[in-house]
Amino acid sequence: MIPDCKETSELLSRQQDESLGWIEYLRLRSHLLICKACGNLKIHLDFLRAAMKQYRDSD
Amino acid sequence: MTSLDTATIAGERDYLLRYALLHLRNSVQAEDVVQETLLAAMEGAERFAGKSAVRTWLTGILKHKIIDHLRRSGREQPLSDDERSESEAVDALFAEDGHWREFPADWGNPASALENTRFRAAFEMYLQRLPARTAQVFAMREVMELSTGDICKALGITSTNCWVMLHRARLTLRECLELQWFGKPSS
Repeated sequence: MIPDCKETSELLSRQQDESLGWIEYLRLRSHLLICKACGNLKIHLDFLRAAMKQYRDSD
Repeated sequence: MTSLDTATIAGERDYLLRYALLHLRNSVQAEDVVQETLLAAMEGAERFAGKSAVRTWLTGILKHKIIDHLRRSGREQPLSDDERSESEAVDALFAEDGHWREFPADWGNPASALENTRFRAAFEMYLQRLPARTAQVFAMREVMELSTGDICKALGITSTNCWVMLHRARLTLRECLELQWFGKPSS
């Protein structure tokens, strides 16, 4: 029931594009509770988005 | 009514070119769409209502030009070698059992990198290493901020295909950042 890291990375990526269904969301949360590495990935994806915006908007 | 002169419009050229290059790898094509944008803007300068910034207005015109260009050039191209090796590289990040081979590390306070002037050049280089089509989809999502539905419509791809490409783009860039920026002791 709890997704592995590979699937979690797919869910985290897709979450940047649309809201997940509630079952997917709960599965994602349950994995993040036990996996620090995927928690880091989540932070990295947010950073990537911010970096892309800054690159776009900088002079 | 705000008057908008040619010099103001032309002054945004560098910005527009960088924006276009995020979507079109080919610099000739990027120059072309920027040129078309500047011409359209100069012809339509009286339509600029002054409600938005000049840059925002020009970028709006440029977006349409880029999407038209992408739509015309290349739906259903076969997978390139780059894309094939990228998909293998992403698969290789995970072991058979679906766990990370190398755990994504703690980057501390990554936001501070955004203030580092060298970071922008490094980031640009990592972006350029993405296979062209992956980079294109990623830029439509993150630079134009189109929904995946709109990207699929413009490029004629399925949403699964779109998510796969976005996932690859993100994990590939993350890997570059970790190995080549955050992994190194800051100097």
